Amino acid sequence: MPDTLTPVLTDNWGDDRAWTLASYAARGGYSALDKAFAMDPDAIIAAVKDSGLRGRGGAGFPTGMKWGFIPQDNPKPKYLVVNADESEPGTCKDIPLMMASPHTLVEGVIISSYAIRANKAFIYIRGEVLHVIRRVQNAVREAYDAGHLGKNIHGSGYDLDVVVHAGAGAYICGEETALLEGLEGRRGQPRLRPPFPAVAGLYASPTVINNVESIASVPSIIGNGASWFSSMGTEKSKGYGIFSLSGHVKKPGQYEAPLGITLRTLIDLAGGMREGHELKFWTPGGSSTPILTAEHLDVPLDFEGVGAAGSMLGTRALQIFDDTTCVVRAVLRWTEFYKHESCGKCTPCREGTWWLVQTLAALEKGQGSEADLDLLLDQCDNILGRSFCALADGAVSPISSSIQYFRDEYVAHLTHGGCPFDHTASTLFAAEGANA
Amino acid sequence: MAIDDKTKSELREIAARYPEARSGLLPMLHLVQSVEGRVTSEGIELCAEILGITAAEVSGVATFYTMYKRRPVGDYHVGVCTNTLCAVMGGDAIFERLKGHLDVGNDETTEDGKITLEHVECNAACDYAPVVMVNWEFMDNQTPESATQLVDDLRAGKEVQSTRGPKICTWREAERVLAGFPDGRADDGPAAGPASLVGLEIAREQGWTAPEANNA
Ligand SMILES: Cc1cc2nc3c(=O)[nH]c(=O)nc-3n(C[C@H](O)[C@H](O)[C@H](O)COP(=O)(O)O)c2cc1C
Ligand code: SF4
Ligand code: FES
Repeated sequence: MPDTLTPVLTDNWGDDRAWTLASYAARGGYSALDKAFAMDPDAIIAAVKDSGLRGRGGAGFPTGMKWGFIPQDNPKPKYLVVNADESEPGTCKDIPLMMASPHTLVEGVIISSYAIRANKAFIYIRGEVLHVIRRVQNAVREAYDAGHLGKNIHGSGYDLDVVVHAGAGAYICGEETALLEGLEGRRGQPRLRPPFPAVAGLYASPTVINNVESIASVPSIIGNGASWFSSMGTEKSKGYGIFSLSGHVKKPGQYEAPLGITLRTLIDLAGGMREGHELKFWTPGGSSTPILTAEHLDVPLDFEGVGAAGSMLGTRALQIFDDTTCVVRAVLRWTEFYKHESCGKCTPCREGTWWLVQTLAALEKGQGSEADLDLLLDQCDNILGRSFCALADGAVSPISSSIQYFRDEYVAHLTHGGCPFDHTASTLFAAEGANA
Repeated sequence: MAIDDKTKSELREIAARYPEARSGLLPMLHLVQSVEGRVTSEGIELCAEILGITAAEVSGVATFYTMYKRRPVGDYHVGVCTNTLCAVMGGDAIFERLKGHLDVGNDETTEDGKITLEHVECNAACDYAPVVMVNWEFMDNQTPESATQLVDDLRAGKEVQSTRGPKICTWREAERVLAGFPDGRADDGPAAGPASLVGLEIAREQGWTAPEANNA
């Protein structure tokens, strides 16, 4: 039984100048690379398959299997694209990872590119994180200078170039095919699949797209072995992952643990809820995953456990809200976000998210009637599964789940003629009496 | 203002980083903003010319992404996160306070041209809520008071340090880094802020680690 917390990716974040090559190398960084170069690329893919690593960007697709889909007989160049767009509300793990230890990502990029036989890789970082972009740019430059990138890396005969690419503000560019559009210099609108990126991705060439944390996990898998990785986690959700706690807990932050840890344990580690308050609702994996409540404190936080509870593990973005928080206000704000971020390509999402905001905003003000709740659910039905990409499915998650658990609270807005909550009470500075 | 030859050659340099030149468009538009203070018609036409596409195509891209601005941006872009988590934790109160204090609305610039205020979406720093971004540097754990002080300091030209990064540079300087031209500040600031380290610290206290490697 592994320990409760298992720092691997976060293990060096407290080191002096952890972001530098010198610091990373001093604790054995880039040694997995030599091990990888001694292996056949297919053996690396097999090791990643055996480890059980599933994508850390939300959907949990098996990483090794994805790499195996790359048609190696296709004469076109192969590409690796790292999804560092991290914009799903609540998600805040890739950004600190790249800030503290960009070389973990770079080493992962090299091993992964070698495995899929790509000679060019791209790291697509959302543009709104200047210092993180500096750190990754710097790490790539250091890696070139040290001979970890460029021609004939470590005398292996393998060449790799890496380009760090800054996005420009668009949540939808986290969706992998929209990301490719952005990377090709276009509006970030998702592409029709098939063809899947593995067959025709960037420049219509075979492309692997993986999340930062997925790629950063690869050096540890190659360095320590697939069975080391799979000795952590649960039956179908192997390994460790970063759990990001935010909101009304005493110590919000990053907790790296085997998949399957519970929110009860995590809140305990985080020092409990804010003094004098109780857990009301939470998201297991960002705003696109249906909210859960205190009933779900003991759900194992793995893909199957959270799925069985009616939600999704997503990005392990645990946004914690206590009893001072108005769920209608929270859901309205998320819905406004989806409306703003809808790329406009398909009607159910473009028009639908607009209508959702109209209906919810009225309810929040206490206008309308209880029948509007059914109207809202009806609107959700017309969006869910009928839109072009998963953004729209995410948009309805907070609404339908909140009505499921907190219908009374919606009704209370109607009977009260507006929001019955004091919004000041939920702020961090409520105790100091400091508010606008 | 005419875009000079140095910028033109840098725009070409960006396009040359990619197997297909058009991939350079996003960083190229960041560079345009760094020299022009916004996306100008001249910048759009220049990008179009270099990439061999139409100005309408470039314009279509520029209008899609929220970081590209058609109106002049102040020296300091102040982005208050008002996505749900930050809003609840105090982001709404901070945004309201700043609007009043600066006497501007959303996406507007103060009369002295110093500060552009905007509410922004989740900036991947929820464990530091409420979060304010200045020129896309983190200002973690803000209150209405600290945010007011922050904008006053920026307007007064005082040196302001990001809570997880270097001294705040200007918006134009930031845009240049986003275009892929480093400014040498990568080594400033800490590796991680306090919230990033909470789990690690508990693990150290408890002696918790990942298992030993089982095949060396
Ligand atoms: C609207 C939307 C936003 C997404 N945002 C991100 C993101 O910011 N980062 C990410 O890694 N994956 C994001 N994804 C998931 C990606 O499409 C893709 O599944 C993922 O990058 C694959 O990597 P993985 O298999 O390593 O998880 C998003 C998906 C959707 C539908
Ligand atoms: S579902 Fe929304 S975000 Fe996705 S393609 Fe349609 S309009 Fe765009
Ligand atoms: S909600 Fe503000 S940083 Fe995530």
